[in-house]
Amino acid sequence: MCLGIPAKVVQIDDSQEGKVEYLGTKVKTNFSLLEDVRKGDWVIIHAGFAISKLNKKEAQETLELLREFAPTLEGLD
Amino acid sequence: MDEYRDKRVIRGLLAEIEKKARFILEPVKIMEVCGTHTMTIHKFGLRKLLEEVGVEMLSGPGCPVCITPNEIHHAAIELVTGRKNYILTTFGDMTRVPTQHGSLQTIVPASGSMVKIVYSPTESLEIAKQNPSKDVIFFGVGFETTIPAIVLTAKFAQEERIDNYSILSALWIIPPPLRAILESKDTKIQGFLYPGHVSAIIGEEPYRFVADEFGIPGCIAGFEPSDVLLAISSILDQINEEKARIANEYSRVVRPSGNTKAQALMDDICETKDAHWRGLGLIPESGLMLKKKYSQIDAETKYGLNIVYRSSDLPGCRCGDVLKGKISPPECGLFGKKCNPDSPHGPCMVSFEGACLAYYKYDRK
Repeated sequence: MCLGIPAKVVQIDDSQEGKVEYLGTKVKTNFSLLEDVRKGDWVIIHAGFAISKLNKKEAQETLELLREFAPTLEGLD
Repeated sequence: MDEYRDKRVIRGLLAEIEKKARFILEPVKIMEVCGTHTMTIHKFGLRKLLEEVGVEMLSGPGCPVCITPNEIHHAAIELVTGRKNYILTTFGDMTRVPTQHGSLQTIVPASGSMVKIVYSPTESLEIAKQNPSKDVIFFGVGFETTIPAIVLTAKFAQEERIDNYSILSALWIIPPPLRAILESKDTKIQGFLYPGHVSAIIGEEPYRFVADEFGIPGCIAGFEPSDVLLAISSILDQINEEKARIANEYSRVVRPSGNTKAQALMDDICETKDAHWRGLGLIPESGLMLKKKYSQIDAETKYGLNIVYRSSDLPGCRCGDVLKGKISPPECGLFGKKCNPDSPHGPCMVSFEGACLAYYKYDRK
């Protein structure tokens, strides 16, 4: 139930309904549980609702931390 | 996401974990609280790899379908078999849970009644709008991740005056069973891998007692294999430094204060109640129910259901002990023999978050 793959917001209307693109498919999503969602944001969806916005800065820091464990890893962005 | 699954990263992290676990004399027992973590750990072969470096993973009560006791299923079955023109909606896994009264997939509904599987609670509300002459009951199960979505439909139903909609709720909150597990001393746990998406809603603070009162380390983790390993590495640091805290490896999704909008919504619509968990029994303030102002949407009140809890697992099923981390699935006499995914004897073999199904799929000898 808790798949952790982020989805990209592709459509959102004033009633906080719209669509995300998730693994190549557009999925109907309700955004009522979040503040200030915009087209292009990355979100985590669960049971048809977006429950959290992805923080790009934190994601980047985690990636950098992972690289420290694999010094041979190159060319990853 | 490739980096999170890169073999070189995984190897590097395992080497780091081995170094840190060496300072601890006995194998470190860490409980993963979330069923999706259980799946990640088995699917990517981490359980065995971790065992080799001195870390033993125990599955906890992290699968909402699994910890929902059979008596609530009996109430759901009774509604749809005993009354005409009722539509019971629920998530797919819930329909396959075996009970003494059958499962929602095997029972024969009353005339005009039916069971429908939904992906989102809002679909149940749509079904209610489309079928004004029928009673639509959403058998809603979930932890804090799912609760806001479920209870939001109560608010929508009231605002839009959809009178034929109600919720049979099986809503569970995660921190209280952690206390119950620590107090029961059935299992010696040295660290908790906290659930990523429950934490996205509740934040870090509700786990504070685990560190402050019990001195047990913990880390919020994401769902990729390297997320899980990073979190385990943090737990080992805390053990070695003798400084238990609530670490957050999944900061790309989990804010320290969680999702405050969802929290406010839950506070507005729900109140806590003492709740019965499969295997763990009655746990104080571990469940949520709709507040009085929503009583006409609460199926238990609306239909006068009287759900009496007694241990009613199927004979031989040890899901309860699996959920406490007391045994691992292969220690159950039914595992892989009488109980398998085609013919499950308990919910832990049904749900995609169930520990028995994870063991069966990925770790069966």
